[in-house]
Amino acid sequence: MTWRRALYFLPLVAFLALAAYFLRGLAPGYDPQVLPSVLIDKPAPTFDLAGLKSATPLTNRDFAGEIVFVNFFASWCAPCRGESPVLMDLSRRNVIQLYGIDYKDKPEDAIKFLQEFGDPYRRIGVDESGRTAINFGVYGVPETYAIDRAGRIRWRHVGPLTTQVVQTEIMPLLKRLGAS
Amino acid sequence: MIIELGHFALILALAVAMLQAGLSLTGAARSDPNLMAAGRLAALAQFALIALAFATLIHAYFVSDFSVANVAENSSTTKPLLYKLTSVWGNHEGSMVLWVLILALYGAAVAWFGDAMPPRLCARVLGVKALIAIGFLVFILLTSNPFLRLSPAAENGMGLNPILQDPGLAFHPPFLYLGYVGNSVAFAFAVAALIEGRVDAAWARWVRPWTLASWCCLTLGIAMGSWWAYYTLGWGGWWFWDPVENASLMPWLAGTALLHSAIVVERRDTLKSWTVLLAILTFSLSLVGTFLVRSGVLTSVHAFALDPRRGVFILVLLFIAIGGSLALYAWRAPALEPGGIFAPVSREGALLLNNLILASCCATVFIGTLYPLFLDAVGGPKLSVGYPFFDRTFVPLMIPLLIAIGIGPLLAWKRGDLLGALQRLWAAFAAVIVAMLIALYLSHGGPVLSVLGIGLAAWMGAAALVEFADRVRLFRAPWAEVARRALTQPRASYGMTLAHFGLAVTVAGIAASGFQQQSIALVHLGDALPVAGYTLRFDGIGKHEGVNYTADRAEFTLLSGSRVVGQLAPERRFFPLQQQTVSKTAIHTNFFADFYLALGDPDGKGGWAVRAYWKPLVPFIWIGGVIMAFGGAVSLSDRRWRVGIAARRAVKGALPAGRSRA
Repeated sequence: MTWRRALYFLPLVAFLALAAYFLRGLAPGYDPQVLPSVLIDKPAPTFDLAGLKSATPLTNRDFAGEIVFVNFFASWCAPCRGESPVLMDLSRRNVIQLYGIDYKDKPEDAIKFLQEFGDPYRRIGVDESGRTAINFGVYGVPETYAIDRAGRIRWRHVGPLTTQVVQTEIMPLLKRLGAS
Repeated sequence: MIIELGHFALILALAVAMLQAGLSLTGAARSDPNLMAAGRLAALAQFALIALAFATLIHAYFVSDFSVANVAENSSTTKPLLYKLTSVWGNHEGSMVLWVLILALYGAAVAWFGDAMPPRLCARVLGVKALIAIGFLVFILLTSNPFLRLSPAAENGMGLNPILQDPGLAFHPPFLYLGYVGNSVAFAFAVAALIEGRVDAAWARWVRPWTLASWCCLTLGIAMGSWWAYYTLGWGGWWFWDPVENASLMPWLAGTALLHSAIVVERRDTLKSWTVLLAILTFSLSLVGTFLVRSGVLTSVHAFALDPRRGVFILVLLFIAIGGSLALYAWRAPALEPGGIFAPVSREGALLLNNLILASCCATVFIGTLYPLFLDAVGGPKLSVGYPFFDRTFVPLMIPLLIAIGIGPLLAWKRGDLLGALQRLWAAFAAVIVAMLIALYLSHGGPVLSVLGIGLAAWMGAAALVEFADRVRLFRAPWAEVARRALTQPRASYGMTLAHFGLAVTVAGIAASGFQQQSIALVHLGDALPVAGYTLRFDGIGKHEGVNYTADRAEFTLLSGSRVVGQLAPERRFFPLQQQTVSKTAIHTNFFADFYLALGDPDGKGGWAVRAYWKPLVPFIWIGGVIMAFGGAVSLSDRRWRVGIAARRAVKGALPAGRSRA
């Protein structure tokens, strides 16, 4: 076969390579929705939010020197109801320090929501305008961030927390952060 | 009962498509006129059956039959009638039926006009089209069946995504599909030509009108989609380099290249294997677009519901259709004889340059769109490339093409005279300078790139007019002679002038986006917001009840000094069924500039966030698109495509190159 003839195979070869990529993209476990935060290892955004159920505001200064988890939720968000048993379990076992940020929500609705599904949070800030969420780069509720002792974001999870995420991500993360 | 009839009709259509493939391909192989005639009948029958199936689906939406799962999931009784009907293609299953309906429509059209073509070529084209139809009908029936019943029936439907309840979007998918799927005709012609081992001027003349028809629809479809994004999404952007937008742009770029290279095949009998490859690639890109939208491989705002089973199925279809045709190409294309030779500076050379640049642009968009997939495969970080990538690659690639577009049509076939062409374009050079000076003056020394862009648009527009004036010998011949020439110009040449001029108009609109002015502010009742020399007065806000939503409607008056220019009433619509808020922007336009206003969130203390933009020349973007599509339609009406003429030429066989046009 001459080189000229071989050239005509080029489109076919290129397509086959492409098809292999497509096949890989369809493989189970591949999830284009997983988006890393650009804020990973960067200082958490500063905020100063009115407290829900308490007069003290919630600010990022409250976290100083501690490993904390910040969970964005809302009463109108269905997946938040789904993850609430997992959060309640974490708070009962006192595994993590969990703070909540109520996203684009009416305080009275949020209080009703917490009465119904339980309140796993140490304290809650009200982000009615959603500005704090924008600064964190929240895609949608629920979303959870881990902030280390130095006030840097170390981990982010989009979507509801599950026991599997707790086992495979949060526990190892705590070990890592505790050790360093 | 009626919906079962539709289901049955679709199954029957699959059987007929199988028959059509068998009859046509065997008929062509054996040169049996009876089998080939039966294949043509089957193509008409297939269209009738799919049309029946589609009609039953429309009926189910019309009467809101919530015992049909697809209707219950995508419609509701509280929706305006127009959106009840357009929901048919607002979801994956229904849109696939529209897809095959259009595929069958083109098939039936080929069969209907088939008398003008050599019967074997027609039969092979119909055979290939039937094979594609089989693949997609099986796909619908096995993985995406819209005719399934829901038991027990739902009380009310879940409704259509509010953002899709818009007239602009209602008609955007049909046009887009007419474009995408229309490319299957050129694809079928290419595969048929590879089977026959012959590509000649006559072949190109039959391919071109089909390519032109689908190109016009695709142009309109893309323009509509972009316009919809502009006035709906509330940020004033009109192109986001989203994977789904790119999926429609890639076939458009490849199809534009194909339109131009087919001219070279028709007139000069050369670039044959390249043209065949382009025809295959254009439809392949349409298929890849379908795959990307429906498989969930890439994240996109437009994506349909994710289902891995569907993704695998479409991938198999892609593999057979694209892999098969490219394998056929690798095997047969080397046998296509190269035709006439030409100098680099010539009409052929210019058209080849057009093809090279368009193909590079298409490759750039392709890589940019699929980059996340490639990068992830080698373990790189997950990210998607947005407009910074495309701005730095696509735009610089396009500029030489936009400059060359003015010169190419003035070059002669075989060997052109570049200096002579440039001399004839002195008026265009003058237009560039005048346009840039005007842009500089009006924008008080605005951004350099935008001023240059306006110059580029003026160059293209003026060059298109100069070329036309040159052809009718304006100012060089007596008026009677000019009028006679203008009347006897082929429609195709009017089409070219219009399409090139339309592109210039679009480029002007894009370039002028650098001149836009904006103001994002929190306003209270009675406030006056200054934007671009105008004043926007906040007159009032109230509740407004729609058919299936409630809205906050703000009233603004646009003033120039103390003169009232217009009223704007942007809304925030809340759809209770879907718990979703959609912004309805208000636009005041005089076709040279838009005043664009979007209502944001209230601060709870009487203040409202608003985004106001003044966008000069932005309507030109879509007006240019419409002019381009109109140019295509004018070219399509050229008498040389007409049945009688094509038939007479078909009898005589291929003409010597270069004689077909006046």
